[in-house]
Amino acid sequence: MENLISIFLNSLFVGNILLAYFLGMCSFLAISKNLDTATGLGFAVTFVLAITTPANWLVYHYLLAPGALSWAGLPTIDLSFLKFITFIAVIAAIVQALEMIIDRYSPPLYTALGVFLPLIAVNCAILGVSLFMVEREYSFVESVIFGASSGIGWTLAIVTMAGIRQKLRYARVPKGLEGFGISMIIAGLMAMSFMLFSGITL
Amino acid sequence: MKITRTKAFRVFFTPIWESNPVSGQILGICSALAVTVQLKTAIVMSLALTFVLAFSNFSISLMRNYIPRNIRIIIELTVIATLVIFADQVLRAFLYNISKQLSIFVGLIITNCIILGRAETYALGNPPFLSLLDGLGNGLGYSQILITVAILRELFGAGKLLGYQVIPASLYAAGYENMGFMVLAPGAFIAIGLIVWLQKTVAKEENDGKPH
Repeated sequence: MENLISIFLNSLFVGNILLAYFLGMCSFLAISKNLDTATGLGFAVTFVLAITTPANWLVYHYLLAPGALSWAGLPTIDLSFLKFITFIAVIAAIVQALEMIIDRYSPPLYTALGVFLPLIAVNCAILGVSLFMVEREYSFVESVIFGASSGIGWTLAIVTMAGIRQKLRYARVPKGLEGFGISMIIAGLMAMSFMLFSGITL
Repeated sequence: MKITRTKAFRVFFTPIWESNPVSGQILGICSALAVTVQLKTAIVMSLALTFVLAFSNFSISLMRNYIPRNIRIIIELTVIATLVIFADQVLRAFLYNISKQLSIFVGLIITNCIILGRAETYALGNPPFLSLLDGLGNGLGYSQILITVAILRELFGAGKLLGYQVIPASLYAAGYENMGFMVLAPGAFIAIGLIVWLQKTVAKEENDGKPH
């Protein structure tokens, strides 16, 4: 239990996938101009991460990992080099399926998240979290927590950024620094504040 | 005709400076930040990305007349993922330590927006040779930013370049200290912000100097 809480807190703050590992930067910079869309995208990413990370865990541990195919009588086979292409296919398929399911059963949710779902399939945050899950050798339960809390951490960062950028309209920024440049510097300052949480142990 | 006037030359050189994919078009910054703590990893990452970008552009352009429009993204992703697996296996075989340090970021080349972006906007509509050059040019444009950031971060963060001590010991004796901040994540954000500022200002002055 303690282990799970520390994974949760770590992926929320110190190991924030956006501010410490730079995952999902492209959409972070493109979408963070507006608070509402930023919140929508944040929820969509959290939702998709919480589903794809455990799904990829199952795929990896029952099909790809060294010796994973022993249930099929093939204990010596190691397919782990296929993980990139398999993960991206699983993510694309899940996102597509989710889009159809949400459209069918929950129109309000679809209007809120629908536009973002196709964008998410090629968001590096989603693939990155699955790859981290393999690299850090998480168990199934840990991968569920890791996926969801990474998404929440990402949402926290993008919503904060959108809030700051709205206020930034009233600031006088040097000419060459407008837009991309100042966003990066703000992100740097935010990353500093998120790092203050390091060293907290339970 | 001078070589600088040919189309191939322009295709190759425009993305390196004028419309640089990272600082100009804001694509593919994820990895530009994560692998730049050391110059060595940045160089390896640049090579891997340039390789994948050039050959994905080339092979997608070869197939451009046969790809059905509505499933093109899947096909593009498959081509890119195959090339990335190839690059990853080569790195694991010959540069194991660096591939460990790059950790997941080689795999993330798949979702790097530069590659899919170039495939969509350039390779699908242009012949193979030009697409190859476009891929190389964009790859080098990306590498240029990556390597600049890495030089800044390794030089100021650790006082080294490529693992060799550059800042002399006498300077440390005189009270100089490494800037630990540059090695951490926030340092990368701020370094890239400042580089973009510099590049925009320089580009603007160049434009102002020219007659319109």
